[in-house]
Order: sequence, then structure tokens, then C-alpha cells
Amino acid sequence: MTGTLLEVHGLEVDFVQYERGLRRRTVHALTGMDLTADAGEVVALVGASGAGKSLLASAVLGLLPANAVERGNVLFDGVRQDAAGRRRHAGRGMTLLPQATGFLDPLATVGRQVRRSAQLAGHDDPRGAAAQALARRGLGPEVLRRYPHELSGGMARRVLVAMATLSSPRVLLADEPTTGLPPADVGATLRELRTMADEGCAVVLITHELRAALEVADHVVICREGRTVDTADPAAFTGDGDALTHPFTRALWQALPGNGFRVAEGV
Amino acid sequence: MLQAEGVWFRYARDRPWVLTGDDLGIEAGEVLGLCGPSGGGKSTLGRVLAGHLRPDRGRVTVDGAVPRPRRAPHPVQLVLQQPERAIDPRWTVRQALAATGAELDGLDERLVHRDWLDRYPHEISGGELQRVNLARALLVRPRYLVADEISASLDAVTQARIWTLLLEHCREAGIGVLAISHDRPLLETVAGRVLDRSPVPDAAG
Repeated sequence: MTGTLLEVHGLEVDFVQYERGLRRRTVHALTGMDLTADAGEVVALVGASGAGKSLLASAVLGLLPANAVERGNVLFDGVRQDAAGRRRHAGRGMTLLPQATGFLDPLATVGRQVRRSAQLAGHDDPRGAAAQALARRGLGPEVLRRYPHELSGGMARRVLVAMATLSSPRVLLADEPTTGLPPADVGATLRELRTMADEGCAVVLITHELRAALEVADHVVICREGRTVDTADPAAFTGDGDALTHPFTRALWQALPGNGFRVAEGV
Repeated sequence: MLQAEGVWFRYARDRPWVLTGDDLGIEAGEVLGLCGPSGGGKSTLGRVLAGHLRPDRGRVTVDGAVPRPRRAPHPVQLVLQQPERAIDPRWTVRQALAATGAELDGLDERLVHRDWLDRYPHEISGGELQRVNLARALLVRPRYLVADEISASLDAVTQARIWTLLLEHCREAGIGVLAISHDRPLLETVAGRVLDRSPVPDAAG
């Protein structure tokens, strides 16, 4: 279980929009994303909201809307795949751990949704697999009967993790999995991602929290305004950031509260 | 002084109490940090202080009196995390700022560049739009500002820049700031003192 599972080269995404009447305009959303994730690795994709992190995940899974135009190459397990090909792998091999708890169906019980995930993943006993997946994350059988609005943010997040991991994906794209969670749950979620990687999965951790990413990542990819600008070694994020080569990466590190809160000019 | 005195609040009569007799005081010109886990009532307290929510019991006073703004802007202004939800997408930056009723001469040009004024919200970056959002709150010359996770979705460089500009303005104008965030290192950097709010047992899920 080694080797490069996911490669993204020069991925660009444009959206064609209509403004008044038939006047069209093109929005350049991604202007050059590069990312490589090997089996056994956690690769953190770090950037501000609006930098295109979640869009990269949608593009990789072939889930872009019809008005999107995509250029560049995406390889899954060494094979170049077009958007339709990648969509076929979505949920089977490549799985999204979505950001918002709005990804749960508000009209179906948790049990039904997790069982459906287990069924799609090909478990012989979806009922047992679903209960077990929740129990592993500290959620008792009573949670199976609840509807999404009856869960706290942290519980909903754990349900999503359970659903995403039931299919034992080879590539997991985790989109802001820790936002809004209390510190203890953040640690537990990151450790779970680390464990999945150690068992041979390639994990892409999408986050805007650099510090959290450094705790589990093998590489940190920095993106800004639709393009990736740097790939850095987590060990280089230390002291004054002298080991960081890219000026924007160094500026990000130095601007963190606790590292000087410095405002770099001209980056 | 901005003061909450024994403030109780719940969103409906059949919902649990979110604020249970909270007391809090912010001096003019002081920066107070408020942190704690989500669901703890931080944002609710911010909304009550800014007059967006009326407390069920207790009261909020500004310099000794309960503010009753009729035609004038509220002396406590609230700024939230997502500026794109706070500014009408069909208005230019100039229109959004002019809607406060204040003269644009008083605009802090360190926060908002002149050449952003005739652009629409989607034509400037998220960090720039948050600066517009802050400038709009400051344009009405508030006495106090509640900044609820204003930099939570920004990158660290933009975050540092926004806070530096905001603190400079508030120091000069003597504005008291309540900085709400889950990010304790951030609060320890920007605030003089930091309160930790643990969740109300009833409200935690």
C-alpha cells in the first residue's frame, strides 16, 4: 500500500456566469493548483476561505456544476481521469468528508443515513456496521433514531466521519473537519485522520488553521487566491520561520498570534 | 462603561437559558477578550450587548443609561464573521457606507482605500470586504464595538492586518472593544484581559 494515490497538476477552474441579460463573464476560481498525496500521508491544504480549497475537493471528485470549465490533470492511483471518471470513484475509493453538517439529510434519521453509507460501501451487515461505526466514535445506539437537527455540532461531525470512513476510502478529502469543534474533539478528529493515513489511506486535510494542520500533516500545501504557492515541511514551521523558503508561507507563520502577529508588507 | 447586569436570555420560552445572570463590564478604550467553546453563549451575549436581542431579565447600560436609539445609530455596534452576508451584494461599497447616514468624510482611509468605493462586494477580496464592514460600523462613531469572530475565516496575514488597523482606530477614538473568538492565542494578543466562558450545562448538546 504505497505509491502516489492522488496527483493534481495545474488544475484550473473557471465559472461562466450570466450577468444582465445575455452578457456573460468568466470568473477564474482556480488558477493553478498542484497537490500530490501518497498512501500513508496526511497532506494539509491550508489557505483562507475563498482561496479555493473546497472547490479543489469538488473538482477532484468530479462534482463541479455544469457551468464550470476545468483544465489541468488529475490522476487517481496513477491513472489520468476526466471529470466523469472521477465521479465514478467518488464514494468508492475517493471520499469526501464534507464541511457542513448541512450535508446530512434533515428528513432522515441518522441510523438510516449511516446504514445507507454502509450498504453503498458493500458491508454484508449494514445495520451492524453502522452501529459499530458510531460506537467507535462514542455515539450510542440512541443516536441512530435521532434526526440531524437533534445532534450537536460535534456529534454531527462525528456522524459524518463515520459515514465517510465506512467505505474504507483510499483517498479521503476532509474539508474543514474541525471547524467549530471544542479542542478535545479537534484532537480526536485529527488523530482519527492520522490513523487512517497510517493504515494506508491518502488523506487531504483542508483547513484554514495552520497550527492544527501542523500537528498531523506530512506536508503542508499553501494556497492563496486560487493557486497553490508553496509546499512546506511541517518541521520548518518553527521559531521565526527562517527555514520557510516562500515569502507568503513565512508571512503566514509570522502573522500568527503568538509568533509576533506581524503584518508583512508586499506579500 | 458598557455593562451587562444580571442578564438572562433564552431564544424561546420552551428553550433552555443561554445566558444565566451574566455580568460583564467594558471600560471605554479597553479591549476585552471573550473565549469559550461553541454553544457557550458567546455570540448571544454579544448580540444582547449590541441591542440586537433584548434580555429577558437584567439590563445592558452604556455609560450608566439603557441606550434607546430612535433615529441615531446604536452606541454599541456589532461586527460578525461573514461580511458577504452583512453587505447587500447589489450595492457598491460607497452605497453600503452611505446607508449608515454618516458623512463619508469621516471614513478611516487606513481601513478602506478610496478606489474600493465604486466596486461591488464581489469585486474585492474577503479580507477587504471585512475592512469595509468594520469601517461601516466605525463610521457611526460608536462608543463600543462587539467583534464576533471577525477574522475567523481569514488567513493569518489578513487577520493580523485587520486587527492592527482596528486596534489603532479604537485606541485613537477611545472605543471599547469586546473581542469574541474561539482562538485564545489571538485574544491574548489583542486583548488586555480575557474571559473564558464555559458552556451553560443546559445548552450544551
